[in-house]
Amino acid sequence: MTVLLDPTAERSPTSRERLPRPDSLEGLTVGLLDISKPRGDVFLDRIDQRLTERGITVKRYMKPTVAKTAPIPLRLQMGGEVNVVIEGLAD
Amino acid sequence: MPLIPDDGLIAVVKRDCPTCVLAEPVLAELARLGALTVYTQDDPTFPGSVAAPVDDTDLGVSHRLGIEIVPTLIRRADGKDAARTYGWDRAEWERVAGFQGIGADLPAFQPGCGAKNVEPGVLERLKIRFGETGLIARRIEIGGDEDEFEAMFERGWSDGLPVVPPTEERVLRMLQGTTRDPQELVGIVPPNLQPATVEKIAINAVMAGCKPEYLPVVLAAVEAALDEPFTMHGVLATTMYVGPVVVVNGPVRRQIGMNAKGNALGQGNRANATIGRALQLVIRNIGGGRPREVDRATLGNPGKYTYCFAEDEEGSSWEPLSVERGLPRGVSAVTVFAGFGLQGIVDQKSRDPESLARSMAESLKAIHNVKLAPACDAMLVVCPEHERTFRNAGWSKARLQQELRALCEIPGDTLVAGARGIAEGGPPSLAGRMINKFRPGGLLIVRAGGGAGMFSGIIGGWSAGGAAGSLPVTKEVKT
Repeated sequence: MTVLLDPTAERSPTSRERLPRPDSLEGLTVGLLDISKPRGDVFLDRIDQRLTERGITVKRYMKPTVAKTAPIPLRLQMGGEVNVVIEGLAD
Repeated sequence: MPLIPDDGLIAVVKRDCPTCVLAEPVLAELARLGALTVYTQDDPTFPGSVAAPVDDTDLGVSHRLGIEIVPTLIRRADGKDAARTYGWDRAEWERVAGFQGIGADLPAFQPGCGAKNVEPGVLERLKIRFGETGLIARRIEIGGDEDEFEAMFERGWSDGLPVVPPTEERVLRMLQGTTRDPQELVGIVPPNLQPATVEKIAINAVMAGCKPEYLPVVLAAVEAALDEPFTMHGVLATTMYVGPVVVVNGPVRRQIGMNAKGNALGQGNRANATIGRALQLVIRNIGGGRPREVDRATLGNPGKYTYCFAEDEEGSSWEPLSVERGLPRGVSAVTVFAGFGLQGIVDQKSRDPESLARSMAESLKAIHNVKLAPACDAMLVVCPEHERTFRNAGWSKARLQQELRALCEIPGDTLVAGARGIAEGGPPSLAGRMINKFRPGGLLIVRAGGGAGMFSGIIGGWSAGGAAGSLPVTKEVKT
């Protein structure tokens, strides 16, 4: 028998349960996150328009750079201000 | 394992040691006086003149007593050492044994020999046996019928090539390459944001095939790649080709036998190959960064197995990269750069620096796409024969940087989307302006390669070069 030392972090990746999907957006605040990819604004402007027409409150956010994950203050801000976030993932 | 008496005299010897053989009459004399237990490390029949030498060929007693030299004579009292001496030194033996006039026929002094329990490899096995390694990584037992190499592949620990099994013994030997505490935290590894301790890095360095003396370079490379400005998460997760490229400067290059000369960026040098690989295995195994998972590379590049080389500082008229980047000359350092592949610059005719710089600039302007500027950072690897042309004309590295920057100004008209019949390109606002291929400071220059051949190379970078994406990071190699 050979005994090896575990080269990994010895835990499965931190995975969290997703929040349940809302049945309706009525009465909820929707955050639109622009990740700074080209033409993300075109997509999000249209979503903004469609949601606003339905009377849903929309808040807009933007990551400083596409290359890095959202800064913690931005994540906390969104977490405190909205119920749902929509982002455009690719150009 | 034999018990160690709480009281009385103990001697630890081996037949292979001439001083132990010399001291045999004294051992016999002390045994007759009824005060001595002799433990023998190699031959249980030695010393023959002692009634019942105790077999310590498994070296357990020697290890527990911390023997380093044989013969060692110890006086025990109440389960502890009351006095100890090693080698043959009559006065010392008289003091420890408490008898005068022993070994009167022997010379007064003769140095001893190294004990078997501290021989390389043996000490590690004894530490493992006695649970003294201080290593806390989870132990994984591979069944006797299981092929350990296949088992490691199946557990997902490999980059696709076989890895060296990280046994406790190998990891302990690896850790002898550094003075750092095995539990010291070197950084947090993306994407799973898991702690990389010296111990975990050493395990991956074993798997990569490193020698212990490479470990300080691996640790510095990991530290650099995990430094925030390098943005290892983005470098891993991007769809682009890049991975960390490691450039080593300073005396450590020669101390560990790195290749900075012929085929410096190619295969065949153990240090070059395994240091770069160890960094990749750390990202994979500790951080959980795996291709087609969080690593979203469209093509990747072969350098993602390993991409590490040394700068050829000897014979160069230029400052080493680490010195340019702020470290004192003579200090060993690694620089990590988010890069990919190698685009050749073949120029066998330029004999003046102006022509050669123009030649290099034209090649540089093609990185990513001739229609894209600023495109990315890049590392220009200048071969010795090209460097000689600059040296003969008195061009420093700074001068070459400056000239290349000027030569990499591109008319915006040619970069606009659709211009030159190519849809790729920038917005109409580029028209009428000059645009540089690189951000200021976005071009690194190093010297490497064999003495023959006018073949320099370009290591392309990530489109997200610069402060918003990945910046090169330089770290000193510590012990």
